[in-house]
Amino acid sequence: MTAFLHQVFSGLASGGIYASVALALVLIYQATHLVNFAQGEMAMFATYVAWALVQAGLPYWPAFLLTLAISFAGGVAIERIVIRPFDKAPVLASVCVFIGLLSIFNSLAGFIFTYTIKTFPSPFGEQAWYGTRFLSPHETGEIVVTLALLVLVYAFFRFTPLGLAMRAAAQNPASSRLVGIRVGWMLALGWGLAAAAGAVAGMMAAPIVYLEPNMMGGILLYGFAGALLGGIDNPWGAVLGGFMVGVLENLAGGYVVGADLKLTAALVIIVGVLVIRPSGLFGRPIAQRV
Amino acid sequence: MTVLSETPAMADTRQVAGLSLSTWHRIGLVAALAFALVVPFWASSYHTFQFTLVTVYAIALMGLNLLTGYNGQISLGHGAFYAIGAYVTAVLVHKTGVPYWATVPVAGFVCLGVGFLFGFPALRLEGLYLALATFALALVTPQILKFKTFASWTGGVQGILMDKPDAPWGLPLDSDQWLYFLCLAVALPLFWAARNMVASRTGRAMVSIRDHPIAAATMGVDTALVKSLTFGVSAFYTGIAGSLGGIVVGFVAPDSFSILLSLSFLVGIVVGGLASIWGALFGALFVVFVPNYADQISDLLGERAKALPWAIYGLLLIAVMYLMPTGVVGMLRTVAARVVGVRGPRTLVAKTE
Amino acid sequence: MAALLETRSLKAYYGPTPVLHGVDLAVEAGGITALLGANGAGKTTLLRAICAMVRREGEVRFAERALDGLRTEDVVRLGVGHVPDGRGTFVHLTVEENLRLGAYTRADRARVAQDFDRVFTYFPRLRERRRQQAGTLSGGEQQMLAISRALMLSPKLLLLDEPSFGLAPLMVKDIFRILRTINREERVSMLIVEQNATLALELADHAYLLETGRMVMSGSAERIRGDESVRRAYLGY
Repeated sequence: MTAFLHQVFSGLASGGIYASVALALVLIYQATHLVNFAQGEMAMFATYVAWALVQAGLPYWPAFLLTLAISFAGGVAIERIVIRPFDKAPVLASVCVFIGLLSIFNSLAGFIFTYTIKTFPSPFGEQAWYGTRFLSPHETGEIVVTLALLVLVYAFFRFTPLGLAMRAAAQNPASSRLVGIRVGWMLALGWGLAAAAGAVAGMMAAPIVYLEPNMMGGILLYGFAGALLGGIDNPWGAVLGGFMVGVLENLAGGYVVGADLKLTAALVIIVGVLVIRPSGLFGRPIAQRV
Repeated sequence: MTVLSETPAMADTRQVAGLSLSTWHRIGLVAALAFALVVPFWASSYHTFQFTLVTVYAIALMGLNLLTGYNGQISLGHGAFYAIGAYVTAVLVHKTGVPYWATVPVAGFVCLGVGFLFGFPALRLEGLYLALATFALALVTPQILKFKTFASWTGGVQGILMDKPDAPWGLPLDSDQWLYFLCLAVALPLFWAARNMVASRTGRAMVSIRDHPIAAATMGVDTALVKSLTFGVSAFYTGIAGSLGGIVVGFVAPDSFSILLSLSFLVGIVVGGLASIWGALFGALFVVFVPNYADQISDLLGERAKALPWAIYGLLLIAVMYLMPTGVVGMLRTVAARVVGVRGPRTLVAKTE
Repeated sequence: MAALLETRSLKAYYGPTPVLHGVDLAVEAGGITALLGANGAGKTTLLRAICAMVRREGEVRFAERALDGLRTEDVVRLGVGHVPDGRGTFVHLTVEENLRLGAYTRADRARVAQDFDRVFTYFPRLRERRRQQAGTLSGGEQQMLAISRALMLSPKLLLLDEPSFGLAPLMVKDIFRILRTINREERVSMLIVEQNATLALELADHAYLLETGRMVMSGSAERIRGDESVRRAYLGY
């Protein structure tokens, strides 16, 4: 029983990271109906930026916050400069742009920071008081940070005028223009927020999976799967999906197939769920107007 | 999704420089064919090998284009069918001594079956969800190939080595040249078949499902059957490509069939031009040669250049997409339309959803 | 005195296809102008062209300011409220959120609060349903919401595209009555596109008749109402 609970809680911990990535994906998806496949590499690059700041002597939390700010600005810039020219292009052309971005970020990280695996500090000390039998201090702290991120994002969208404007722009750009919302900038803001959410995921993951240019590949996949599992048009469903995927992955690895095939098992289960419920567990059923 | 579609098989009466467009098309075809026949005789061994790969990838891209370009089902996992094709060949040659050329159709039909079977549950999935499912397929395949239980068949992580075949019947060709012509000989009828399929009723059914599945169903198209069949045929093509690829490279290993391969295929059909036969060829040229150029460019920039080729590749890809969002074929069509000056009967219809 | 809204030789295109072939139109400050015409005449396109929602050529001036090169959201910020055909409600948001969005560009919180009250006075049903999801409202209520949202902009000019569309006659009467009140009491000028010519001519001071992208008639509402050919073609008697 203890072992089982351990797997579940561990799964929740990794699930928190997947949930952050899922949130980042949904933020962009809602506004553009595109999945940003480069999200993982952007997050990884942001984590390297944080690492560099810490190496330069900045204490952890200031580096963390500064990285969030830089990621946000970077996300906005990328949307305005790289993505904007493609807003009338075919969907698959945008997908190729994402693939291009992915390659660029991945190689740039390798080029600037080399492929040597680096350690990334965790702000949650090894012996901290909030470590329990089931969760290490880092895992606990990481879940708290993830939840804090989610609460902040929720509050932003629900209670601020700008959040409302962003929601409106995502749902109905034409009508949004008719109330004076600058839809283009709302998109850019969405990318900025997504980049920041991704950075949080990266910085929380790095102490566990170690910092190297390919660290986010699997995490992106799980984030994507979690987002779809929860229903990609529903941010909170997507987040829940992320947590579920984390637990699923751990249980599959621990009880069903062992570490080698746990990716396979998790994916088979997820795809199986999607075949049964094509719009995800909490998504709006896709009703099509004829 | 926004896809440029062409109303197929309508007589085109527009003219450029005194010749009709279809005549120009034929000239292009003949020129390309002539070039293709001559290449292995004046190119180096390595370049011949590269052009052989172009042919192989063109077959794979033709398969993916049938599914994604003409039928609108996005697959991020065609690398899996390529891998299956390659492994079927490798295992048959290695374990049962079947001659390499006989394994090619076997690989094709195995993939046809797998693709058709995959197509069934895939019917329930649309767009993004299908993308995830195929992405999962692509990720999972190397893992299964590496799995210890199957290692005695698949060679595990190390993979399987194959001998490079020599030209048969004492033909005066070296191994590279022979393989080149073999692949070309397989590619040409496959392209011809694809072209005919696309122009036929089935092809129109495929396109109608892509553009408006509900309307297609109300007109009596059996969407489930067509979609699954398209998946199967698409896998068939890519499986054959994988089999040929395995023979040409002489080596199969799980890590050569990572998700990057599937992404390259997708990039290939988009750069080449969705829903076009020629697009497969242009895409294959891009996929084989551009990473090489990226390498060369990064060598010019020197030091620590190990990582940079992919960054340059990414930049080139974005630049190409910016200049030609509808791919090479799309751009050629636009240029042709502009040169002609008037919108002829064959118009480009942009469909947005 | 120059008109509040003026267009001169306005052309509009959907892609390469021209839909408006050089239209001149004026809306006087404080007045209500009706834009009549059959289906496909280009009435909706004209409203869209004013708001830069379609490719256009020619001159558009609002409050004596040229609108060249401005984007839709910038035109709106100048004081043009557009109630589009199909209403354009944010169906997944609540009534209240829809109204708040109408006031998105305004900084004067106190006046916005007053406008909320005013809008609920015109349309008490909206107050009852303020926390309801806008997509669940009836057609008439969504039309009220669409008009209210445009009013929350505190616009000088209201563009209304087929406000009577799909509504029961009693509801339409109500809405038109309220439009007249808004025009009189708040001095909001209006340009109303309507297929229902009778209603529109009763409300408007001035009217234009559009036929396949060209203005074929213009004049006071009474004159147009009295015109033989208009009566036969559009008023049905």
